Amino acid sequence: MNSVSVRSLLVRGMLAGLAAGVLALVVAYLLGEPHVDAAIGFEEAHAHSHDAGEVELVSRSMQSTLGLATGILLYGLAFGGIAGLAFCFALGRIGRFGPRATAALLSAAGLAVVYLVPFLKYPANPPSVGEPDTIGKRTTLYFLMIALSVLLAIGATILGRRLAPALGNWNATAVAVVAFVAAVGIAYAVLPTVDEVPEDFPASLLWQFRLSALAIQVTLWSGFGMLFGHLAERLLVPAPAARPAAEAATV
Amino acid sequence: MAHPIAPAAAPAIAPISLKAIAPWAAFFGILMLIVIYFVGAEQGATALISGENVHEWVHDGRHLLGFPCH
Repeated sequence: MNSVSVRSLLVRGMLAGLAAGVLALVVAYLLGEPHVDAAIGFEEAHAHSHDAGEVELVSRSMQSTLGLATGILLYGLAFGGIAGLAFCFALGRIGRFGPRATAALLSAAGLAVVYLVPFLKYPANPPSVGEPDTIGKRTTLYFLMIALSVLLAIGATILGRRLAPALGNWNATAVAVVAFVAAVGIAYAVLPTVDEVPEDFPASLLWQFRLSALAIQVTLWSGFGMLFGHLAERLLVPAPAARPAAEAATV
Repeated sequence: MAHPIAPAAAPAIAPISLKAIAPWAAFFGILMLIVIYFVGAEQGATALISGENVHEWVHDGRHLLGFPCH
């Protein structure tokens, strides 16, 4: 296969990511925004006096609509592109899976590795949770956790591929997953804990905000897997014998 | 008489060569990471552009996508 199919897969990855981003945006707007508003309400009720005169650069109504859409659609587009490139690499290298199955496995792994593993150590926080002074430390730790998770997952995949000839794909995958979980557990234990929830912040609001953040990612990655799997299958798998004539007519 | 060729249950798909992937991965991989940086972290812990406009514009997305915001 040549670079034309890499380009086609990259473009399809970005488009599938964008479309999945639209689905995630709906979830974010309907499930997430009420909790963001509630948290901002809490923040304002407990505002320190120095915040009082702050000029609002972007209004709340813009932040919760166009701003939210910008963030989530770009995120979907970007991760779609990266996942499309990862798919080019994974296809035919992780076992005898066709394009659809590879896309499904890849997006499930993407959700787990890029979001779930970092989320369990450094979960999403609503406004008013988190000291502004520690933003540098929290950002570093979060991106470090993502990078670590991705590297460990790549390591586990290589381990699984090495073991596959001896153990078979299924058992090798099980060993690789256990090794990944163990390594992540060590990383969790070693990295510092961040707990900056204000004293009287409602626990139920925090829980619901985090669940809605999780729902956004589940929607994004599963939507991406379904859409991209369909597009990649159509691109890469030759049509059944009956179809070429019909397709040639349409080209 | 021709034997019908049994269709393989899951025909192995030839991997795409790394040489073909590399230029796309290098250029677009980095471009995509820059996009994620602007959505997730610009004008938070670090800032390439002065001010608060980028941060404020993607504020809700940043919270809901799980990035530390402020």
